[in-house]
Amino acid sequence: MSERLREKLNILADAAKYDVSCSSSGSNRKNHNKGVGNGHISGICHTYTEDGRCVSLLKILLTNHCIFDCAYCVSRKSNDIERAAFTVEEVVELTMNFYRRNYIEGLFLSSGIFKNADFTMERLLRVVKKLRLEEKYNGYIHLKTIPGASDELIKEAGLYADRMSINLEMPTESGLKLLAPEKSHQDVMKPLGFVQQQIVQFTEEKKLIKHVPQFVPAGQSTQMVVGATPETDKDIMYTAEAFYRNFSLKRVYYSGYIPISNDSRMPLIGSQPPLLRENRLYQTDWLMRFYGFNVREILNDSHPHLDTDIDPKLSWALRNLQYFPVDINTATYQMIMRIPGIGIASAQKIVKARQFGRLHIYQLQKIGVAYSRAKYFITCADTPFQLRDYQATQLKAFILAESQSKYLKTDRQQLALF
Amino acid sequence: MIYVFDQSLEGLLTAIFEWFERKPGAVRLCSTLHYQPDAFSETLFIHTDSEKAGRVWKGLQQRLSKEWLRKLYCCFLSEQEEAFVAFFNCCCILFKQQGAEQNYGDPFVLTVAKLARSVEREKHRMEAFIRFEKAEDGLFYCGIDPDFNVIPLIAGHFTQRYADQRWVIYDIKRNYGIYYDLRQTTEIFLENGLQLLQQKEKVQQDEKEKLYANLWKDYFKSTNIQSRKNTKLHVRHVPKRYWKYLTEKQPE
Repeated sequence: MSERLREKLNILADAAKYDVSCSSSGSNRKNHNKGVGNGHISGICHTYTEDGRCVSLLKILLTNHCIFDCAYCVSRKSNDIERAAFTVEEVVELTMNFYRRNYIEGLFLSSGIFKNADFTMERLLRVVKKLRLEEKYNGYIHLKTIPGASDELIKEAGLYADRMSINLEMPTESGLKLLAPEKSHQDVMKPLGFVQQQIVQFTEEKKLIKHVPQFVPAGQSTQMVVGATPETDKDIMYTAEAFYRNFSLKRVYYSGYIPISNDSRMPLIGSQPPLLRENRLYQTDWLMRFYGFNVREILNDSHPHLDTDIDPKLSWALRNLQYFPVDINTATYQMIMRIPGIGIASAQKIVKARQFGRLHIYQLQKIGVAYSRAKYFITCADTPFQLRDYQATQLKAFILAESQSKYLKTDRQQLALF
Repeated sequence: MIYVFDQSLEGLLTAIFEWFERKPGAVRLCSTLHYQPDAFSETLFIHTDSEKAGRVWKGLQQRLSKEWLRKLYCCFLSEQEEAFVAFFNCCCILFKQQGAEQNYGDPFVLTVAKLARSVEREKHRMEAFIRFEKAEDGLFYCGIDPDFNVIPLIAGHFTQRYADQRWVIYDIKRNYGIYYDLRQTTEIFLENGLQLLQQKEKVQQDEKEKLYANLWKDYFKSTNIQSRKNTKLHVRHVPKRYWKYLTEKQPE
């Protein structure tokens, strides 16, 4: 029996790993009934895989049987792979035993669609209900909303899950139609909107009545596959921005496409996954959510792709040199955050520290500013006076000469001999 | 002038009290461990006094936010000479000038903030990397040897989370631990605790312990994406000194 369980776990964990959502944050569920588990507001990553991604949740599919045939997915109907399915009891047992040993922060449960959407959703719901009600489990649960499932099932699932998500898969409708003709963005938007509306309703009620149960306290997220279809970075980020805005999503994940099939519509097996591009997209996402940038400042018609050699914040600064240099001792917090080489933590420290006197270079360095990069964009108490203005291309060359990218195998400064 | 104290939090707070009582000017703070007599300066041995310490702590509570009190406490838990000095000087500045903790330009304030951050990071790592093993009698146990003394910081987390199982977390380096008996968490000290935890084979494990350890190792392997391998990043997130705790890093 245990051998079969190991086999199943291998198959179904392997099939679930392409879902990159890993966060376990945002829920403050209490261990109210002296059971096991609670939510940790900032989440805990219990380990990291050898590819450097965090493992905080037991991420598995209930089954990898699927009625759909989406070209980008390993579990597609036409793919000849081993299939397996967990029973409800097996998932519960695995989760509880891993959780009790502090291996994981919670459960991420997804599934291939077998029979139909409602049947699948109902099965997922049975797992979470058993965990919450029978095992008194109060840890984190991330549940996939199955597009097309009935509103009643989704609503009930929301009462037990901490986060729900549906994957957008392709950044544009045309891309999705190309690879998965049976799906559309509309299918995703409807349940996302429904859950969002319920979240709002429950929070409103909570203000009036104390004992309203929690409904998806950690919010919703989605994921897009990058590099399978020929979208620009602008397309991707505009879609992401619209989803953040319309559905108050907590996260949009970008997953570099890892070639898994010989389909002629997509990159060949063996080609490198677009890791650098994925990294730049996440940087842009962060600038949008935490640094007060509008996506149109970073990506627009004259600039539809992110630079590969420099990060998007530096790239924005070089295109907008009219705002620089910024005086650290007088500038607003919002402006300080926009300086390349200064992050949020440093910006906050600067704003607090300057009340006690003008800041000098040595203090900035101590505070944690990447001074070698920031120095081209700031003035502080003892900045050396400089007569000439540098062009954006010159500044870029200076900065690149000093920094090394982990993504470039050979140093840019040196030409290849052969 | 050298102030020598006994490395306890109360001793440190008493030292601050004594400084304000005597106002001796610049003082070098030193713990008994690192004290070396100096022919050219006077030495004051601080007699730890919980009443004086209490008054200083109360004063800090009035002046500081909860967040900053925690930072000071974390800084103390780092058990480093540098931390004690920064704690001492930082508090002296604080009592002289209200709101001085915001002055990140000051080297002592910055040191406190930095060390507190390292301690919090270590605390978070312990919350993440502790791996319980289940003994035959249902006790979940784990031995750790963290860089800083973080057990006081993690006790609350584990008590809230594992409220329906008995567990022990034991600090092998500092030779003390915490035990939860389904009602409350208490500090424990085992005379032969070190040997007990170091000879794990001798503890009677639960029969299913092996199975779940293997399942977890399998899961760890199958969730990895080979074509994205990035060892540098992996080691940055899970530094090698923690591998000895991790079930998934143990050979089969």
